Amino acid sequence: MDLSVINPAVLAASLMVAATPILLAAIGELVVEKSGVLNLGVEGMMIIGAVSGYAVSVNTGSVFLGFVGAVVGGAMLALVFGVLTQVLLSNQVASGLALTLFGLGLSALIGESYLMVRPPPVGDLSLGPLADIPGLGKMLFRHDVIVYLSLALVGGVWAFLRYSRWGLILRAVGESHDAAHALGYKVIRVRLAAIAFGGACAGLGGAYLSLIRVPQWTEGMTAGAGWIALAIVVFSSWKPVWVLVGAYLFGGVAVLQLNLQAAGVEVPVEYLSMSPYLITILVLIIMSTGRGRSALNAPADLGRPFHAPA
Amino acid sequence: MKTKLLAAAAISLGIAAAAAAQEKTKVGFIYVGPVGDLGWTYEHDQGRLAVEEEFGDLVETVYQESVPEGADAERALTQMALGGADLIFTTSFGYMDPTINVAAKFPDVKFEHATGYKRAENVSTYSARFYEGRAVIGHIAGKMTKTNRIGYIASFPIPEVIRGINSAFIHARKANPDVEFSIVWVNTWFDPAKEGDAAQALVDQGVDVIMQHTDSTAPQAVAKDAGIYSFGQASDMATFAPEPRISSIIDDWAPYYIARVAAVMDGTWESTDTWDGIGPGMVEIGEMSEVIPAEVRADAQALSDSIAAGDYHPFTGPINYQDGSPWLGEGETADDGVLLGMNFYVEGLTGDVPN
Amino acid sequence: MIRLERRPQASRLWAAATPLVAVALTMVAGSALFGFLGKDPFISIRTIFWDPLFGEFAWYYRGQLLVKAGPLILIAIGLSLGFRAGIWNIGAEGQYIVGAICGAGVGLAFYPAGFWFIFPLMIVAGAIGGFAWAMIPAVLKVWFNTNEILVSLLLVYVAEQLLASVSLGLLRNPDGAGFPGSRNLRQYEAASNAEIIAGTGIHWGVVTALLAVIFAYVLLSRHMLGYQIRLAGASPRAARFAGVRPNLLIVFCLGAGGALAGLAGLFEVSGPSGQISIDFNSGYGFTAIIVAFLGRLHPIGILLAGLLLALTFIGGEAAQANLGLPASAIQAFQGMLLFFLLAVDVLASYRIRLGSPEAA
Repeated sequence: MDLSVINPAVLAASLMVAATPILLAAIGELVVEKSGVLNLGVEGMMIIGAVSGYAVSVNTGSVFLGFVGAVVGGAMLALVFGVLTQVLLSNQVASGLALTLFGLGLSALIGESYLMVRPPPVGDLSLGPLADIPGLGKMLFRHDVIVYLSLALVGGVWAFLRYSRWGLILRAVGESHDAAHALGYKVIRVRLAAIAFGGACAGLGGAYLSLIRVPQWTEGMTAGAGWIALAIVVFSSWKPVWVLVGAYLFGGVAVLQLNLQAAGVEVPVEYLSMSPYLITILVLIIMSTGRGRSALNAPADLGRPFHAPA
Repeated sequence: MKTKLLAAAAISLGIAAAAAAQEKTKVGFIYVGPVGDLGWTYEHDQGRLAVEEEFGDLVETVYQESVPEGADAERALTQMALGGADLIFTTSFGYMDPTINVAAKFPDVKFEHATGYKRAENVSTYSARFYEGRAVIGHIAGKMTKTNRIGYIASFPIPEVIRGINSAFIHARKANPDVEFSIVWVNTWFDPAKEGDAAQALVDQGVDVIMQHTDSTAPQAVAKDAGIYSFGQASDMATFAPEPRISSIIDDWAPYYIARVAAVMDGTWESTDTWDGIGPGMVEIGEMSEVIPAEVRADAQALSDSIAAGDYHPFTGPINYQDGSPWLGEGETADDGVLLGMNFYVEGLTGDVPN
Repeated sequence: MIRLERRPQASRLWAAATPLVAVALTMVAGSALFGFLGKDPFISIRTIFWDPLFGEFAWYYRGQLLVKAGPLILIAIGLSLGFRAGIWNIGAEGQYIVGAICGAGVGLAFYPAGFWFIFPLMIVAGAIGGFAWAMIPAVLKVWFNTNEILVSLLLVYVAEQLLASVSLGLLRNPDGAGFPGSRNLRQYEAASNAEIIAGTGIHWGVVTALLAVIFAYVLLSRHMLGYQIRLAGASPRAARFAGVRPNLLIVFCLGAGGALAGLAGLFEVSGPSGQISIDFNSGYGFTAIIVAFLGRLHPIGILLAGLLLALTFIGGEAAQANLGLPASAIQAFQGMLLFFLLAVDVLASYRIRLGSPEAA
């Protein structure tokens, strides 16, 4: 197979863009799961973010406000899940799936009047001379703001979980809600905050699709990205940096297979189309051969309901 | 509150009953995607709205969107037939067997199946010769490319799509003998992110014109960022005009739908097989933007006109198979049977048809 | 201040009443939604919940209810075993697809022979296909401790690509003028999963679903393995002390879930759907997860939940076709129904109290 036709710098630039929606949703979900909550409704929150961001930016003429709208929209939908699972103690898996169903339906209802409308344009962030560095410039310094924001979020979440007091509390709640409760932490409030944050990130990822990548509102436009984000969180064994690796790996293989086709490399298309999923599984297997690693890293109370003993 | 609700219900029931008494013609549509996909289903729904516009109170239309192919389609069809539909359009290839099955149970209801090949006493088939439109935009693409590389985002390797690739390629080559096609199969009809990635991959490989046979506008956005040209697909995608979208192929089902509904109303409906192109207006070339040089526009228009008039067939020999063996001799035109089942590339295209 | 107080014992009365409360609440909220969209709320609700069961065309819809509920119940039963034991198979959709491909492949290999054993052989092939696909996450989990949620989910996408590939290649109908999709199995009598009693919607898949309900009920309440499953889910540590072999449980739960999903796929492809095509799968594998949890992972509950969800699908379609409600409104409505069902479930195990906690 002749790989010389693929320019790595160009490929890297493409994969960063391709992976950004998944990365945003996944880093949000990581925080949710770290707090001990499993929200399978990522797809629903993403698409609500996509439509609310689109609607707000069309109505206000501001892309920035659009992204704010997406964050709010995603977080609000997430809080529906939050109330169900934290206050009413509903089953998390089922609530998350219901959230996806509801989000897909609601987004299409909201979006009906925005079908043929065009969003305001987004300017690239100008990084001045950095963008002109040969190779590296195109690869790293010619993206839109959200790409950098997603990277900053990964760093922020990593630092937050590792070094901040609140991060410690969040992890404690996820590891053992009973112990955290005994220590006087407000388990439910912490989890609600984490759920809202997850929704906000997913919403941002959705709006990245509707406002920058596509940009147009069409029904069902997230087309399964939320599920991939969920898979990436598991893949990362709940470590922020590995979420980045996973999202870029997945995005990279997805982009690479299309590039190979475009370059006319002769590999059967069906194998190429499966490759992102198969390679992700393969890497996971290799990572999990360090016996029990991924299982040990899962927050101990993930998915378990919490009810404060009276 | 409750009595109010009941009263309201009773009133609206009364209205419904009165309306039914007027003998409206009821027309049903089964869609494979959401009406908001801005592509295939969207255009069929535009056709439905045109029927309502045309006949006003004489007609009642109903539709069901995002109907999976298979058992669900059969139920949706039965539901409409039971509900009193006089004519039902099923707008995806996968509805073929369900349409035939249900039609057998409701001999008094007329059915119209898009893009299939099975007919019955009360089942017609209809389809559009999109390859005629692709010939025209293929010509434009051949003239507009500077790198001599044209990208093509393809959905699934079915005859419809392969026909489009061949037609576009033949006419791009005629316009520019040095043209090469890069084809990317995305194995989906609609996935904005993936289509965008595919467009980006093509751009990275140096193409400067992109055609697509998928429904989302994502490739248009990529083309815009890259400063290259693209064409609208299924719907006009005019929000991206004048650049990057320099023209488009539009599916226009309205004339056909109106004609068929009229035929049901006056009792002249018969089972037919329709395969229309630019001539009868089932395929339209969207406005060619001023970015295209005037002479190219004129040539493209002339090509479109001669296809419409029936003077020129986009598959006119000499055309060879991919391996160089002859397919059509000088002046010979392809027959519809071969076109309908087309599963091979013509000479000059690289790569294999996936299967 | 409103707070929840755990009941000493789950209330049987409330456990039975909550679904009714939820449906009633959904009707109220749904009426508001439909009214907002300019449709008559009363007629909308009646079209969704009443007409399919007792309306003018109920004779047709009741059968369709079984056609729709059959695969949901069959898959959900299989999944519930794993969920009870804390084994998360999210990839039933993929197992469903592979079961259908294998089963249909075996049937088509015999075309056009008319041996009596073709259909039984297809059933076996369908079950093995789903089983084998589920064995991938199972074996990876046993050997490498790879997370089964991730692997089973990603394999859905691989299965979808496989489906597209065989629809276009291996299983493509040679008489189909080059179009994708296999021969129609319903027109091939030896391989057809026809209705057992014409017009009732009852086909072998529906019968199998009912058998699976009974089998699961017996397994969970009477059998040692069922006890181990329940124990492993409730307390993994205790289970290990009690001699439960976790690896065996993983293989059994994923395998059973996969086999049942594969069977559902086979019965669907040879019956209601009729053929392998690119878009053959329509989300049963994911919807079944909801069914499993709505049924509280209990076989009888799953049976009822499957029927209820099927009702909203069928009624929702009718509302689209007859009232012009968009599919998105139906989706949102179903989402609300699920929210309410899940939300009021709390009443079975908790009491709502007003005021501050009493001094203990």
